[in-house]
Amino acid sequence: MTIRHAACIVGAFEHPTRHAPDKSHAQLHAEVAAGAIADAGLSRDDIDGYFCSGDAPGGLQSMLNYLNLTVRHVDATDIGGVSPVVQVAHAAAAIALGRCSVALITLAGRPRADRIRTGTEPRIRHAAAPDVQWEYPYAIPTAASYALAARRHMHEFGTTSEQLAWIKVAASHHAQHNQHAVLRDLVTVEDVVNSPLVADPLHRLDCCVISDGGGAVVVARPDIARSLARPVVRVLGAGESTGHQHGGRIDLTRTAAVRTGPVAFAEAGVTPADIRYASLYDSFTITVLLQLEDLGFCGKGKGGAFVSDGALISGVGRLAVNTDGGGLCNNHPANRGGITKIIEAVRQLRGEAHPAVQVPDCALALVHGTGGQLATRHGAGTLILERAA
Amino acid sequence: MTNDRAIPPVRPDPESLPFWEAAREGRFLIRRCRACAQAHWFPRSLCPFCWTADTTWEQASGHGTVYSWTVLRAGAVPNIVAFVELDEGPRMLTDLVDVDPDAVAIGQLVEIVFCRTSDPDGPPVPMFRPR
Ligand SMILES: [Zn+2]
Repeated sequence: MTIRHAACIVGAFEHPTRHAPDKSHAQLHAEVAAGAIADAGLSRDDIDGYFCSGDAPGGLQSMLNYLNLTVRHVDATDIGGVSPVVQVAHAAAAIALGRCSVALITLAGRPRADRIRTGTEPRIRHAAAPDVQWEYPYAIPTAASYALAARRHMHEFGTTSEQLAWIKVAASHHAQHNQHAVLRDLVTVEDVVNSPLVADPLHRLDCCVISDGGGAVVVARPDIARSLARPVVRVLGAGESTGHQHGGRIDLTRTAAVRTGPVAFAEAGVTPADIRYASLYDSFTITVLLQLEDLGFCGKGKGGAFVSDGALISGVGRLAVNTDGGGLCNNHPANRGGITKIIEAVRQLRGEAHPAVQVPDCALALVHGTGGQLATRHGAGTLILERAA
Repeated sequence: MTNDRAIPPVRPDPESLPFWEAAREGRFLIRRCRACAQAHWFPRSLCPFCWTADTTWEQASGHGTVYSWTVLRAGAVPNIVAFVELDEGPRMLTDLVDVDPDAVAIGQLVEIVFCRTSDPDGPPVPMFRPR
């Protein structure tokens, strides 16, 4: 069994808002759902599978009640912001098994309107989670978790703050063309390394934005995809895993992408060298660098050199990454970057990215996400997509 | 020994209670498996490496080295979060205290110190300082 060619992404929609004090949380989910279904050219009555994750208020039952959807397949997998990436693979598997034909995946939220200090304030997920008593006293917010990884990577491989800054610089080059992006100004390496330290060695500009909004995608049976007016984007391969402290044997320089990447590439029958565009989770600059190494775009420890000198800028560098401006500049709705990563890959494969950042004849794209906390527990998902001829 | 930051209290559970009772007496315990001889962190009844229940508490040296660290500057008092590699092997998430952030380095030798939380009746939590 494989999900290779089992399903297609037929609809994709990113909410244009980045600040939504006038909308409810559930309303944002409904608006992105309607947007993705309209983009596909389908109707809400076609939906027979629904997927949401930790950002959905009240979970599956509240969302289905609010959306007034009756479906025959549900999935609330939650491994952090990457969840929609693995849910595309889950939807493809469900479609392959005949469990559903048209699957809707939504992600939305409003942390900016709610003034949540996402990256710098520790959050308890569940009071009875076994790891809380061993972490919460130490006040390790999200930014610290990724900073610990960055520091260790610098120590082992000589990676520099300037090299990490290039990841933000590339994002800003893309975001200048995105009218909806939170940050549209070009920044330089100097701007990044001179911005205030949030968690050494990560500066403010090494961190993603906090934004409201969200997005949705629709995954459907290939015959349904071919009946629609949109270019056909097929699922080729996927991998999912998590990383954690491994009983005390944590290696902060490696993410679970070391497991998800090989699985996804093998299923897709392609290699990193074949990828024309990559959506890489960019909660922080270090997240992108670790993923590039762990997915095999470069060797372990070579990420700093790989990302330098504009290498991730579309049309300029060796690999176009996050051409919407990513979470670093464009959008990180609900503190979760998974859905926007899928959406920009779909735009690239359809040839619908902004002309200034569109990869010519983009036929093969990779989406990878790292959700949660890198230094304690994180989720990972890789997805490889192709434009059908 | 105290940290200037208000440390959130811990809530011991039946599995962790011996650790926290020992912490009240200034003793730092880790858990080791008798079946596979491996020490692990954080303490669990079933060994995380082989899933046997043949695990036991042992008093650790309280010595380790800094594996990685960062400084959180958002609060009124900078907080140094770190992973410390214990001499017994496991890497442990913790805070560093009694040290200037500019004087911290990977590989630095550190020792355990128990710090009181904001709950005066609760157990103190293990942190580390230079040795
Ligand atoms: Zn064992």
